[in-house]
Amino acid sequence: MPLYLALVCVGGLIGVSSLPIYKRETAGVAELIYRLCLGISALLFVAAIIPRGANALDLTLPLGLPWIGMRLHLDALTAFFLAVVNLGGATASVYAIGYGAHVSNPVRVAAFYAAFLAGMNLVVLAADAYTFLVAWEFMSLASWALVLTHHHDAENRRASYIYLLMASFGALALLMAFGVLGGVSGAYDFASIREAPRDSWQTGLVLALVLLGAGSKAGLAPLHVWLPLAHPAAPSHVSALMSGVMTKVAIYGFIRIVFDLLGPPAFWWSIEPMTFGAISAVIAILFATLQSDLKKLLAYSTIENIGVIFIGLGLSLAFKANGMLVPAAVAFSAALFHIFNHSLFKSLLFFGAGAVLTATGERNIERLGGLIHSMPKTAFLFLGGCFAIAALPPLNGFVSEWLMFQAILLSPTMPQWILKLLVPAVGVALALSAALGASCYVRAYGVAFLGRPRSDEAREAKEVDQWSLGAMSFLLGLSLTAGLLPGFFIDTISPVAKAFIGGRMPAQNEVGWLSIAPVAESRSSYNGMLVFVLIVASAWAARWLIYKYWSGATRRAPAWDCGYIEPSTATQYTGSSFAQPIRRTLGVIAFSARERLDMPLPGETRAARFSVQIQDRIFNFLYLPITSAVARISNWLNALNFLSIQEYLGLVFAALVLLLVGVAR
Amino acid sequence: MEHLSLDIAQLLAGALVLVSFMLLYQDRLQGLINIFALHAFVLTLSVAWQAYIQHAPHLYVTAGIALIFKALVIPISLRTIIKRLRIHRTVEMIGGVGVTMLIGIFLTALSLVVMLPATASADPLAREDIAFALAIVLLGLLMMVTRRNAVSQIIGFMSLENGLILAAAGANGMPLVVEISVAFSVLIAFIIIGVFLFRIRERFDTVDLYHLDRVRGERN
Repeated sequence: MPLYLALVCVGGLIGVSSLPIYKRETAGVAELIYRLCLGISALLFVAAIIPRGANALDLTLPLGLPWIGMRLHLDALTAFFLAVVNLGGATASVYAIGYGAHVSNPVRVAAFYAAFLAGMNLVVLAADAYTFLVAWEFMSLASWALVLTHHHDAENRRASYIYLLMASFGALALLMAFGVLGGVSGAYDFASIREAPRDSWQTGLVLALVLLGAGSKAGLAPLHVWLPLAHPAAPSHVSALMSGVMTKVAIYGFIRIVFDLLGPPAFWWSIEPMTFGAISAVIAILFATLQSDLKKLLAYSTIENIGVIFIGLGLSLAFKANGMLVPAAVAFSAALFHIFNHSLFKSLLFFGAGAVLTATGERNIERLGGLIHSMPKTAFLFLGGCFAIAALPPLNGFVSEWLMFQAILLSPTMPQWILKLLVPAVGVALALSAALGASCYVRAYGVAFLGRPRSDEAREAKEVDQWSLGAMSFLLGLSLTAGLLPGFFIDTISPVAKAFIGGRMPAQNEVGWLSIAPVAESRSSYNGMLVFVLIVASAWAARWLIYKYWSGATRRAPAWDCGYIEPSTATQYTGSSFAQPIRRTLGVIAFSARERLDMPLPGETRAARFSVQIQDRIFNFLYLPITSAVARISNWLNALNFLSIQEYLGLVFAALVLLLVGVAR
Repeated sequence: MEHLSLDIAQLLAGALVLVSFMLLYQDRLQGLINIFALHAFVLTLSVAWQAYIQHAPHLYVTAGIALIFKALVIPISLRTIIKRLRIHRTVEMIGGVGVTMLIGIFLTALSLVVMLPATASADPLAREDIAFALAIVLLGLLMMVTRRNAVSQIIGFMSLENGLILAAAGANGMPLVVEISVAFSVLIAFIIIGVFLFRIRERFDTVDLYHLDRVRGERN
């Protein structure tokens, strides 16, 4: 029954996306679409969470490839991702009802938005390679159209072009992966792929291709280049969806193929996801720390979180291959929980960035500041999101990262020496990225919301509408709930772990006092509620003390600027100042950062100039050679467009003769 | 008797290859059309002989089509066309007849080398026929590649198609419908190309493809 409901909902979303065809002229269409999307997504979310891992459901429709049909499947994993997708969709729709009015050409955005939601739902439901890939491409194209919303800007056109390229590349890799999986007999439904025997080189090939395909969509380094370009280009509710939800759908593809279709894992499967996950996490968070564009910063931070999730999945593969089912379930649950958590707080942060963008028209944090006075509610909600993503207890980000570390601490018992070496290194990378992540969000929040306004726009900012605030409050509330009652969420996830790992974490509702214990209570446990109570109590105590000894008068002193009294707010501590230590210590290696100081000579009257240049090494060393090679080859092949008839015939003839010679040998 | 029928079939198919070689080096348009008529006539004989030894009456129809259309209608109309275009005395420039012939010999050898092992289990009658047919197809293609004049390209194309019919007749199983449709498609292609020839001529005063390239603006 939920499967039929899901299908009807997907159909409904597609129907909603075609609404503007009939009601082109009226202005309220965009809002109507968002309201309908909200209803459908909320319905599907509820339908997905109610069964809590009930039996799998299957359905075959007479569409798609004639000998397979269109197969759909609903099991615990699908239900989990349906919940993530539709929760993100529902909140983004609420936000969009308020925010969508500010976007230019709102109806076009709304139409593709509904189609995008439908595509993501269909990817999760698909149970044969054809349906999966068609839905995948549908999702990519719909989101591409959304990235292209502000197409008058050349930079956005470039962003969408790169996004389209990466999406096509990923789809190609997945297509080939399914080609290897389906084998020569062409059994492309998931049930027969699961049964088919496979050599180990085929498995390795599929693994590499899936990592390329799903990784390029999820934003795994070094295939991450499109995210920091595409997220700022899209409207904020769309960036929230792309970052919070679509990247998770890509991870769904990885989980479905590697954990389900490929059969029981070998230990070396875990090496690629863990290595690339660790690289993504560290590199991306370094970039995020240096970004001054708020949405770019969030995009880089998404890459970091995707890396964290891939680390969890890789660990889980390693444990599972060694038959350590409970640690495998811990790592897998940590990854899934982090997927859920990240979809919550990343959506929240993108909504916040959108609110700031609406209020000030600025994405550059160096031109913001002091927003806590003009937009107190947004500032509070954004702060909550920052806490969550910086993995501070008692919020949810801490719980999933803590579980991840618990899994890493269980790893020394694994027999393979390479894993003994790799896993601690990955753990170090994880810890480093967590710490850098915290500093990154301190910087983002501090520079954008605290201090005094750095521009007139920031000074005249107004609080945003109720819909946006409502969506953000809802997400913050959920983040807090997931942080305080993690046991409930882990128990919800455990049927998935049971089905895909074979083992599960101990039932958390049996652990007393709302604590969670990943392996056994004697080993380690965490109680979010206790931390929360402690924080609240000490905060109240501090407040009480402060108010007791406070004089009652508010003073505003000039910002501290190294002893100089300068009235301009530009002399405040800036984002670049904050990032300078990291830029100086790690920047030269990681991003070939170059600082240039241009001092006027004595007697000259011009101003001194200081500029920093940051380059993406991956882009320079991996992408530019490829693009220039493609350009050279196509330039060279261009001559083929200008041949005479005889020369064309001669080409065909030569090809034929060559093939015949090949047959003759 | 068995040997004799095989020998005659091979003789006719070999003759067809030989006529293809004649097409390759003939540089007068009028002579080219005459040789093409001969080509079609030998094809008719070959197909008719196949019909006789395979006891397949529908192959007689194929032979009839080949005789009427390819050996009579097309050559006669091509001749009127070139007369009306006043190019019937044209001598076409063919670069390197010797090299072309050598390539042709190489192609014939290639098709024998490819086909004989590939069809080792087949009926010996069909085997050699198919090898010869492939040689004729390749020679037709070679002619299209080496010629610049549109009329000789048409003839190259139709000699190629003759090779296909020879293969079909020898393969002992191609239905009549297919043959008829192939024949008609060739006829239609011929008509269209004929019409085009006049159009091209009207516009550019030549049917030499070299000049067409100049009009496209890609040669100097």
